[in-house]
Amino acid sequence: MSVRFLLDGEVITLDAPDPTGTLLEFLRGPLRRTGTKEGCAEGDCGACTLLLGTLAGEGCSARIAWRAVNSCIMFLPMLHGKALLTIESLGGAHPVQREMLERHGSQCGFCTPGIVMSLYARSIGALGAEQSVADCLAGNLCRCTGYGPILAAGAAVAAAPRDDAAIIAALRKLRDAPGAINYQGRRAFLPQTVEELAALYLAHPQARLVAGATDVGLWVTKQQRVLDELIFIADIEALRFMEETPDGLRLGAALRYAEAQAALARLHPALGELVRRIGGAQVRNAGTIGGNIANGSPIGDMPPSLIALGATLTLRRGAERRTMALEDFFLAYGKQDRQPGEFVESLFIPRPEPDALILIAKLSKRFDSDIAAVCGAIHLRVEDGTITQARLAFGGMAGTPKRAAHVEAALTGAPFTAAALEAAASLIGQDFAPLSDVRGTAAYRLTVAANLLRRLWAQSQGEIASVLELADG
Amino acid sequence: MADREIQTLGAVSRPLPHDSAAAQISGTALYADDVPEAANILHGAFGLSTMAHARLTGLDLSAVQSAPGVVAVFSAINIPGKNDVSPFAGDDRLFAEDEVVYHGQALFLVVASSHQAARRAAKLGKAAYEPLPPLLSIAEALAADSLIEPAQSMGRGDVAAALAASPHRLSGRLAMGGQDHFYLEGQIAVATPQEQGGMHVLSSTQHPSEVQHIIARVLGLADAQVTVEVRRMGGGFGGKETQASLFAAGAALAAAAAGRQVKIRADRDDDMVLTGKRHEFETGYEVGFDEEGRIEAVSMELASRCGCSADLSQAINDRAMFHADNCYFYPAVKILSHRAKTHTVSATAFRGFGGPQGMIVAERMLDHIAHALGKDPLSVRLANLYGPGRDLTPYAMQVADNVAPQIIADLVASSDYTARRAAVADWNARHRIIKKGIALTPVKFGISFTTTHLNQGGALVNIYTDGSILLNHGGTEMGQGLMIKVAQVVADVFAVPVAQVRISSTRTDKVPNTSATAASSGSDLNGMAAFNAAAAIRARLVEFAAGHFGVEEEAVRFTPDGVVAGAQIVSFARLCQLAYLARVSLSATGFYATPAIHYDRASHTGRPFYYFAYGAAVAEVALDTLTGEHKVLAVDILHDVGKSLNPAIDLGQIEGGFIQGMGWLTTEELVFDADGRLLTHAPSTYKIPTASDRPARMKIELWAPGENAEPTIHRSKAVGEPPFMLANAVFCALTQAVAASVPSGGFPALDAPATPERILAAIAALRAGHG
Repeated sequence: MSVRFLLDGEVITLDAPDPTGTLLEFLRGPLRRTGTKEGCAEGDCGACTLLLGTLAGEGCSARIAWRAVNSCIMFLPMLHGKALLTIESLGGAHPVQREMLERHGSQCGFCTPGIVMSLYARSIGALGAEQSVADCLAGNLCRCTGYGPILAAGAAVAAAPRDDAAIIAALRKLRDAPGAINYQGRRAFLPQTVEELAALYLAHPQARLVAGATDVGLWVTKQQRVLDELIFIADIEALRFMEETPDGLRLGAALRYAEAQAALARLHPALGELVRRIGGAQVRNAGTIGGNIANGSPIGDMPPSLIALGATLTLRRGAERRTMALEDFFLAYGKQDRQPGEFVESLFIPRPEPDALILIAKLSKRFDSDIAAVCGAIHLRVEDGTITQARLAFGGMAGTPKRAAHVEAALTGAPFTAAALEAAASLIGQDFAPLSDVRGTAAYRLTVAANLLRRLWAQSQGEIASVLELADG
Repeated sequence: MADREIQTLGAVSRPLPHDSAAAQISGTALYADDVPEAANILHGAFGLSTMAHARLTGLDLSAVQSAPGVVAVFSAINIPGKNDVSPFAGDDRLFAEDEVVYHGQALFLVVASSHQAARRAAKLGKAAYEPLPPLLSIAEALAADSLIEPAQSMGRGDVAAALAASPHRLSGRLAMGGQDHFYLEGQIAVATPQEQGGMHVLSSTQHPSEVQHIIARVLGLADAQVTVEVRRMGGGFGGKETQASLFAAGAALAAAAAGRQVKIRADRDDDMVLTGKRHEFETGYEVGFDEEGRIEAVSMELASRCGCSADLSQAINDRAMFHADNCYFYPAVKILSHRAKTHTVSATAFRGFGGPQGMIVAERMLDHIAHALGKDPLSVRLANLYGPGRDLTPYAMQVADNVAPQIIADLVASSDYTARRAAVADWNARHRIIKKGIALTPVKFGISFTTTHLNQGGALVNIYTDGSILLNHGGTEMGQGLMIKVAQVVADVFAVPVAQVRISSTRTDKVPNTSATAASSGSDLNGMAAFNAAAAIRARLVEFAAGHFGVEEEAVRFTPDGVVAGAQIVSFARLCQLAYLARVSLSATGFYATPAIHYDRASHTGRPFYYFAYGAAVAEVALDTLTGEHKVLAVDILHDVGKSLNPAIDLGQIEGGFIQGMGWLTTEELVFDADGRLLTHAPSTYKIPTASDRPARMKIELWAPGENAEPTIHRSKAVGEPPFMLANAVFCALTQAVAASVPSGGFPALDAPATPERILAAIAALRAGHG
């Protein structure tokens, strides 16, 4: 098949492209669009930011859903049927560009096109545009300016949605049924339905499922792995649903962080805050909830919190489904309870009781766009002064995201007092024997994991117990 | 000299945008990787060592050679000239020969049809090693007496006696980590063979002349056969002063052999592993002082990890010594500096060039004194400032332009320091978990290369017959706004709009034998050189106009409305045409050598600096005593740039420098494993500040009375490096907050970078009574 996408009104057709060729290489190479830069080739600096648009809605309510993404870790098949905007698409006189110029927002200028695209995305109401300027820029590193002029430029630009009528019309013509890509003996599939995916994956259980490629992208750009069989799943609409009910929130596996952020925040504000600090906007706009779980990271941005909230995971293999507690999915480092041909289909997070005590903490060297040393979540029910239910889960403390069984046991049935929490906190070493690595030593991890119980107690007593509460000055 | 005092005619001191801003915001500014490639270009990648220290007993490159797309492979045996890419000491290899001296050292270069093919093939080299014990830490190297040069000492007086006689004495220590430059544009060079053995190299470098000379040395060519060009870098910060040579020489070597254009663009991970960083330091001090905290004697010891070669470490460590006083007078002083040679990547220039490491020891020491006496650290700082009769640095230079006291006084007032310090104390009394700290620290930074001969700049100004001006000088543009500043200077000479001055690439075939754009000297040296070039042409035009229009030379004036000659006025373009027709040269070179400086390195005395740049900052921080997380809440900065050539550019340098310094002291942590392998070699693990790390309240002002006491170009001051050290206020404020976490717990043993883990460890040590 061919991959076809729209760039400034022109349909670009790639006949059987390298399925792990990156968008950035294609732009800078064959298309000679060199405004988009490579700064890291791993989705951490944002110099390669551009906008990807997908046709959403039907009939007269059709619109283009734009999102800023890192083109350095975006594979070419993921462009199929989409519209692209690069820095060159803006000309040079967009208000974002004028503000950047007049406020001296560029020095060396290498990060500048990416920053302009992130600010532009916010100005047109792209995915995540309701976030603060700083949050929209968390994935754009600048080493020169100190960010002040850039933040000011972003704040000065008024929201101005695009007129996308022409793109809507053009994308409607690109809605063909994609097939498989064959490239030098390697294959990629782009199924459109869950049923197709289920059948394909049964037939090709050794294939690598790719959703946002925020992790798999690095296997290629950094480890230079050759992936022989790929199944791209990010555009399967049936995996992108969201159901908010009084009971809780059900999310399709291919729903992106940014798309789920508001609903997760409604479930509990701390969950929304956690999502705010995952990656940069470009990562949240590509990475999926299901991918984050399925790749089995021992730190796991989302899983510790989801486990603490009692989330369940639904897996599918062919026509068979099974549902399990999320913690049971993680068997050991790099090993999950997933059969060949089986994939994560959806996630259900029960709505916590309104009086539940919930603390979610991501402890990292840098607040934004970092990987945690410890990612912890505490979920307590307290009735009549007694802890009736305790669920604590931590990432970065073991080979998998894991519950703190001894701590939970000590808390359950105990009075909700400082002394009881102190006693429980002292047991953290019985639950975890973390490693030391670049993000923190074992001793630090154990100390701060235990201290999260102290933070919970302090906050329950009305004390300020996080510097982020003071961040606005 | 009077000529340099000419009245500015409008272009100078205006807050004009960066010369490339319009191109940068639209994506049309070309960086080295953006310039169209030759059709038959080859791409190179280095194969790296996997041991820190070993005898290299074999190198099997057969798998590399036969990998898909590979055209050629080069190792030490293929170098026609010298295997030496060092700035001067002769100890940096393009490729390792017999011995591997750091983990990640280049062993070979493969060139292939694509960037990815080269990278894949580079992984296939098979080196045979005979392992040797690596010296990785400063302590290991010092114990083994492994040094890049003998320890250096400066000072005066009988320090031991003065210490013994002091009413109070204390000693302390401070360790600080290195820092990766993390320029957004990684190292890159594009080499294109020219006819008759010539070589053109487009390089992202701060030092085109040195890259030129090194390429000539490696290829066995004459310097004149090699042209190095740089239009702009995507960031430098010192990381492209000596570190660009490896890539440029590799590309040129392969291009010469293959007869084809060769590009080497380092992947980010390779860049971070292959190239040098800021020196990490371990320091200690012993200080004697009186009841007011006034210092009577200081003995300071600085030790740095220089890595596997000399690079610029001698000058960098000298500069650490030069700044171990900061703004403070040490009556009796000894500063001893050890330069450890280790089996790690050779540490190199980074904004501040050792100054930050020396200066923060002074600040730590003053905090320590204040803590011991129970005083506001600011009062101790004020008591120790240089002043009349107390104005001799440890290297015997008189501080003749000391404006630190006024800047501090102004900042105390404008930041409301006193009230805020009280509010911080009040907060700390009322809050158990979140503690705050506030600190005011000054900066005094010496301006000039301390290697005296480097203080020279050259320029070439061409004026065409339509009145347009082409400006070329030896300085390079890395984002700091040098080009627009120098263009403003030149436009001002002729009273023409800045847009009439065309800024061009820095090229070794236009201005030769230049110094690196470094040491904050860019606009001082090149601004003055360009001024001299422009002034030479202007003098010819004046002479011509006087004759042509029949007026005295004094009656010829350049104005924004045109050139006035007595009662007549002509456009600048018309005058240029007339001058051309009268066979007057409209092209001139300009040269500038900084006057008055001298230094005797044997005794470490002299006047290494033409002048000092000053500033001061107040930082207010909050930290979490449960997790060590911290946040800079507010920053107030007052900084002296003399008479600014361009206030917008200067403010940008100040803010950017401060945030970069804050990163060095807080989030940016380089981690090496026990085998000497860098583990933090990408932005996923190495964390420079991001947008939300910028303090929500940040007030930055140029110090209004600023004017250089020396006749620099329009009385401006250098600005590139000094603001970096304003971030010392963040570290000192964190120290205050840690101390407040355990009242009466002692003085915190906080090291840099102050990661959450180090903060928590410092608090734990105080609680355990180890203050």
